[in-house]
Amino acid sequence: MITFEKVTKIYESTGKQVKALDDVDLHIEKGEIYGVIGFSGAGKSSLIRCVNLLERPTSGKVVVNNQDLLSLSPKELREAKRNIGMIFQHFNLLNSKTVFTNVAMPLLLTKTPKEEVKKRVYELLDFVGLRDKADNYPDQLSGGQKQRIGIARALSTQPSVLLCDEATSALDPQTTQSILDLLKRINKEYNITILIITHEMGVIREICDKVAVLDQGKVIEAGSVFDVFAQPKTEIAHNFVSTVMHDEIPESVHQLIQSQESTSQIYRIVFVGESAGAPLLSQIAKQFDVEVNVLFGSITELQGTPFGNLIVKFEGEAKEISRVIMHINQQEVTVKEVLDNVS
Amino acid sequence: MLVDWDQILIALQETISMVAFSLAFATIIGLPLGILLVVTRKGHLWENAPVFNVLNAVVNVFRSIPFIILMVAVIPFTRLIVGTSIGTAAAIVPMVLFSGPYIARLIENSLLEVDPGVMEAAQAMGATPRQIIVRFLLPEALSSLILGLTIATIGLVGASAMAGAIGGGGLGDLAITYGYQRFDTVVMIITVAILVVMVQGLQTTGNILSKKIRRR
Repeated sequence: MITFEKVTKIYESTGKQVKALDDVDLHIEKGEIYGVIGFSGAGKSSLIRCVNLLERPTSGKVVVNNQDLLSLSPKELREAKRNIGMIFQHFNLLNSKTVFTNVAMPLLLTKTPKEEVKKRVYELLDFVGLRDKADNYPDQLSGGQKQRIGIARALSTQPSVLLCDEATSALDPQTTQSILDLLKRINKEYNITILIITHEMGVIREICDKVAVLDQGKVIEAGSVFDVFAQPKTEIAHNFVSTVMHDEIPESVHQLIQSQESTSQIYRIVFVGESAGAPLLSQIAKQFDVEVNVLFGSITELQGTPFGNLIVKFEGEAKEISRVIMHINQQEVTVKEVLDNVS
Repeated sequence: MLVDWDQILIALQETISMVAFSLAFATIIGLPLGILLVVTRKGHLWENAPVFNVLNAVVNVFRSIPFIILMVAVIPFTRLIVGTSIGTAAAIVPMVLFSGPYIARLIENSLLEVDPGVMEAAQAMGATPRQIIVRFLLPEALSSLILGLTIATIGLVGASAMAGAIGGGGLGDLAITYGYQRFDTVVMIITVAILVVMVQGLQTTGNILSKKIRRR
């Protein structure tokens, strides 16, 4: 659906070259919700703006819907853009126009018959739950309502792709949730491919199927949200995961680790999916000659799958403990010894 | 008082017609000029450095000539267009030349205030450059444009009074010929009072219109 091939974007600013995107390869399948996360300045904005050529890549290829966008004439490109909806962090609505006209605008640009415009706009306003606001002006709406109007506007041309540029970053947590639910519905009901850029890992966890981590213009990690959350490969990905998974070891546990007796060892065990339901620890306590003590634990849900994170102290002979670890490794869980200063 | 009320009324009519015609022609020149000054600048719709630099310089040149000098300097041009260099119609030519570039600047300012995000949204939905200007830029700037045109109109009222100095007619002419040169304080007070009321009225109307369009 969306393919980036070796996309590089270089800005010239006061004689200095800044690489906003550095040789980015990315592939987004039809119907996916794809998230791109990164710190500010990582190149997220440039990336999403290259999908509809609001910014032209310095080199590389952008293919959307089997169309190589960079090879299109301005007219063809405008046509192609009607298939790519976009919503923005600050909504970017026309303050001088009513909600109705705002939603209708993309249709008015192509001189769509009046009756058809009316039908489509009310259909969309119903979909986002704001039919009664049709005659209001954007500044009479709350942030969440404005974003809903932005979404309705983006959908008016029935695009197959929706780009979300930090669409929830200016909203409070509750409103964010309702907008994310709406995006999920759009994805399901209209089978629209959604590309989201954000700096909030919560957004990725909530609705994305796949995620790419962007740092200094490079994709440093990409994969299913589940894999990246369960086993982040890079430091940055791990930091992002930590912001929502709360898997940092608490200070009190650190102190325990420091004062641990030589007969005990501390491990972090990560349960994924079905394994989270298995009574692993009680099995261990029965089968092996060790004492099991849970120091810290959390269970989150990821894409409808439980995801557990336990910090456990095993007390017993070193030999017995290593047998325990071997046993755990045979299950579908990850286990790692926790040393001090390592989280 | 050395003049009767009929004379004052005629002078008022002259002033109003000078201001109205100048405003109309100056806007016809200033609006496209102001739009061009915005869209040809760096990073904008029709980025074009040579066009921008030339327009920018031309506007600056006209803006730097004091009106009283401009009025005299363009007399040959005025004669070419209206056939005479004296009278109300003749005064309109320098007034348009004075106020056109001024309006261009005011319009440029208003358009630059439009949230770049709105332009981005317009481009994202596949609007043509023309549509971006007509359907996004101008409507979003309209409220501020009206305030700008109000300022320009008030500037024209001032200029029309100066045009009196070269026989342009209007309230300024009256104030200078009778109030100043013949020491008729009453005429002076009356013309100044009328001008004050006129400017107040213009500003109030502009404010109301602008607010109505903003609807906020």
